[in-house]
Amino acid sequence: MNAPQQALNGKEANNLMICEHCDTVYRRRELARGETARCLRCDAVLERHQRIGTNGMLALVLTAMVVFIQANIWPIVTLGLNGQEISTTLWGTIIMMWNDHSQVVSILAAATLFFFPLAKMLTLGWVLFFARRGERAPGFATAMTILHYVGPWTMNEVFVLGALVAIVKAHVYFDVLPNPGIFAYAVLMLLITIFASVDMRRLWDLTEAPPA
Amino acid sequence: MSSLPRAHELGLIGCHVCGLVCRDVPDLHDATCPRCGAALHRRKLGSFARTWALLIAAFFFYIPANVLPIMRTVSLGDVDDNTILSGVLELWVKGSPDLAIIVFTASIVVPMLKFLAMSLLLISAHRRTAWAQRQRAKLYRLVEFIGYWSMLDVFVVALLTALVQFGILSLVEPLPGVVFFGLTVVLTMLASMSFDPRLIWDSKETHD
Ligand SMILES: [Zn+2]
Repeated sequence: MNAPQQALNGKEANNLMICEHCDTVYRRRELARGETARCLRCDAVLERHQRIGTNGMLALVLTAMVVFIQANIWPIVTLGLNGQEISTTLWGTIIMMWNDHSQVVSILAAATLFFFPLAKMLTLGWVLFFARRGERAPGFATAMTILHYVGPWTMNEVFVLGALVAIVKAHVYFDVLPNPGIFAYAVLMLLITIFASVDMRRLWDLTEAPPA
Repeated sequence: MSSLPRAHELGLIGCHVCGLVCRDVPDLHDATCPRCGAALHRRKLGSFARTWALLIAAFFFYIPANVLPIMRTVSLGDVDDNTILSGVLELWVKGSPDLAIIVFTASIVVPMLKFLAMSLLLISAHRRTAWAQRQRAKLYRLVEFIGYWSMLDVFVVALLTALVQFGILSLVEPLPGVVFFGLTVVLTMLASMSFDPRLIWDSKETHD
């Protein structure tokens, strides 16, 4: 570890910012409400003004967790045929795919629709709970690294659209009723879209490392 | 453009994980980010080789994903095997054309666009040309943004399988095509992640 060699002094490092897409170096400035800083070279978004504070974010994460539980427990769709009714939940779907010799699909669905979103929410909740008081949670660096890698692998919004297509397809043969689960999923999709627009990296600036 | 300094000209490196601006040293081997502990690299490691390998692997899975049926429906003794394309057609005829267009876009257009776009980005970055840099940068961001929507049809098959378990009258079974399709999506996502968009800007012209 030759970390000390790598570190700029704190002030210098906080004033600078590098575009992730083209490596252009910028001096940071305060953003006004609703303002977005874009890279002059490649037009990528450098930074957005953050409307939601850490308290607000924590509240959002807790809401998302409640909705997530509902989305997983409540049935998503019900089929009716000759008076018989059958419905499925997310886990019903995953288990069915496993039993139908499509274990690969089952694992993909379980990971992108359940485990990764769950990991994201729990990690985020943990980090935000401490960040509220300007502290870095135990295991902060690990948590931030997890968030960085798990981010692109949550696909709940794709699943909502998939459920819609499945309802229309099944409608050809059956009476199909959307269930509360699908609405919970739609709300979850909205909440996740809000998280996705927030740059979690600013938590590094908002919190202070505990004195070594 | 020369008025905009790039990190390597100033002897700086941005951490790939947390974004911290760090000082570049000649011997970067083993150097880690002082803030988050991730290994520091000037560019993503082995970006060209990794991205090509993942893209080619994805393409090999994409062929059976389209040729093999993804789903079997049995209704009143009628066995009907659906490929992705025939599923889109069925949706167009029997259900709703707008959803058919969405499924077609997600499962045919998006993967094809990813193969073409990533190859174009890799070849042009390898040649270090300054041609259409801004457009290429935007193309890369588009590919990253839309990539995972191709999972759509995989989830449709999964849900239909779970729903239609009546057995007596009809049955839906997932077939191998859907597995290959899921793997294609994962591999193309990994491919676009391992590409380093900074390579687009490392042209000969900017260096001279
Ligand atoms: Zn840029």
